[in-house]
Amino acid sequence: MEWFRKAKEGLIPQRKKEIPDGIWVKCDSCGEIIYRKELEKDLWVCSKCDHHFRIKSREYINLVLDHGELEEYDANLESSDPLGFKDSKRYPDRIKGSQKKTDLKDAVVAGIGKVDGLEISFGVMDFGFIGGSMGSVVGEKVARTIERSSERRIPLVIVSCSGGARMQEGILSLMQMAKTSALLARLYDQNIPYISVLTNPTTAGVMASYASLGDVIIAEPKALLGFAGPRVIQQTIKQDLPPGFQSSEFFLEHGFLDIICHRKDLKKNISLLLEYLS
Amino acid sequence: MNGPHLDFEKPIYELEKRISDLKELAGREGEDPLDNLELSREIKSLEEKLDKLAQDIYSKLSRWQRVQLARHPRRPCALDFIFLMTTEFVELHGDRYFADDKAIVGGFAKMDGKPVLVVGQQKGKDTKQKLFRNFGMPHPEGYRKALRLMQLASRFGKPVVVLVDTPGAFPGIGAEERGQAEAIARNLREMTRLRVPIIINIIGEGASGGALGIGVGDKVFMLENAWYSVISPEGCAAILWRDAAKAPEAAEALKLSAPDLMRLKIIDKIIPEPGGGAHRDPQKQAEILKGEILSAVNELEELSPEELIQKRIGKFRVMGEYLEREME
Repeated sequence: MEWFRKAKEGLIPQRKKEIPDGIWVKCDSCGEIIYRKELEKDLWVCSKCDHHFRIKSREYINLVLDHGELEEYDANLESSDPLGFKDSKRYPDRIKGSQKKTDLKDAVVAGIGKVDGLEISFGVMDFGFIGGSMGSVVGEKVARTIERSSERRIPLVIVSCSGGARMQEGILSLMQMAKTSALLARLYDQNIPYISVLTNPTTAGVMASYASLGDVIIAEPKALLGFAGPRVIQQTIKQDLPPGFQSSEFFLEHGFLDIICHRKDLKKNISLLLEYLS
Repeated sequence: MNGPHLDFEKPIYELEKRISDLKELAGREGEDPLDNLELSREIKSLEEKLDKLAQDIYSKLSRWQRVQLARHPRRPCALDFIFLMTTEFVELHGDRYFADDKAIVGGFAKMDGKPVLVVGQQKGKDTKQKLFRNFGMPHPEGYRKALRLMQLASRFGKPVVVLVDTPGAFPGIGAEERGQAEAIARNLREMTRLRVPIIINIIGEGASGGALGIGVGDKVFMLENAWYSVISPEGCAAILWRDAAKAPEAAEALKLSAPDLMRLKIIDKIIPEPGGGAHRDPQKQAEILKGEILSAVNELEELSPEELIQKRIGKFRVMGEYLEREME
């Protein structure tokens, strides 16, 4: 009865991969099977439906900065465990796991780079690191990124991708919202341009602080944006959410975005805007 | 004292009931004076016992019990504090864009004769009031109203007193359509730029961005049993353990009490609650808080607007804990 025992194992759940391996990739949105090389060439945008696959921070550096060159700063910042937090895992173990998985120290990479020859202070978040959540390290690195803009009087560009504040650092995560926004107040008064780029998803604590404070706000198509997560809203109001709710298109329609732009046009738009805002 | 109470407060209420019964008995006319003497001795001894009991219970609260006290049905709300701490309150309404959000109240008032702007989340006590106030959960227009009033105060040199008490910014369709995240983000930046002293007081619940949305200031005070965190204990439990009933554990893990926040250098001062809880003596509580607010305002008014803003940025700039390793 060997075959009978085998059947009992049931289905083995497949781990969903951020960026699929293999030669062929299936589009999450339209189901189209795409040749991986082709997809890479298209900046991870589906040629059939324009679905923007989530990409890593490194790929935005290549996309936005000249020659993909970033003079990285503050790469030596790492999370401590201020609350001694433990859920299913100890927080330090969760950090170590994410560091190993992503080869990053935390959920943001920051430094100085150039866009068409113009020097900018640049920060890019990475969803792969605990959902791009903002704890003290992300807050501090974003704060220093803003300060580099202030001190050198160079434009600021931040690419956000985050589920919000990091629960495991409690109130300290919340205060990163105030910290980054307070420094943006100074930048605002200095008349130094800040372009905020929103990618899928940008919600909660990050959306309710620096991501929403750009002089110009650009989003990728069909990104999930907003303050509260759709599940929380659904549970609160106990009704179905309208189609397209909280998408980039929804927020453009309601007046909270300047531009929705295809990934291939991102650098061109940033470059032009920085020219106009100089 | 009567009215609704929490489970762990039960022994206190039972004792209080006994004392008030005895007092009523002693108050009756025509009783034997000797009996009355006996009674007043008994009352006195019970009152001493009550003090000890209350102190005993309220000094050993778990974080979750504090959360319950912060939500106590009889806990004074923002408007209670406004009426107890100020005179000649003129409430102002509306954000000038969309609506008047009832979850946030604000207006000018006098505090010991000194004009200030007061703004805060108002939760409401009975069911009708709670619904009217949306349980103290503001929409974007609430944050925009608060900012409009604070900027008005800034232009006319009046200090800002903020009373924070919210279970969170409202998560709903309209709130998203009208830019809840933008409204909160803008407040964080613009409160930084106000040219007058801002005193933040966490009087009950300080839930996440909804609380911080009116929470940037020069001094942050917190009542002894208030809580302030990145997420409510229920929300945290639902995400981490997929079970909102684990809220007591989440409250412990989040370190959301006033003593925790003092240790983490997030708040400037813990405001003691008289007799163990603000609800036990709102009048006295308001007196204590008013004293702290006025002395902070006086201290901050020594600074120029530029100095105030620089110090305010510096205050939030240093928040957070991380490791900075030597580069290899």
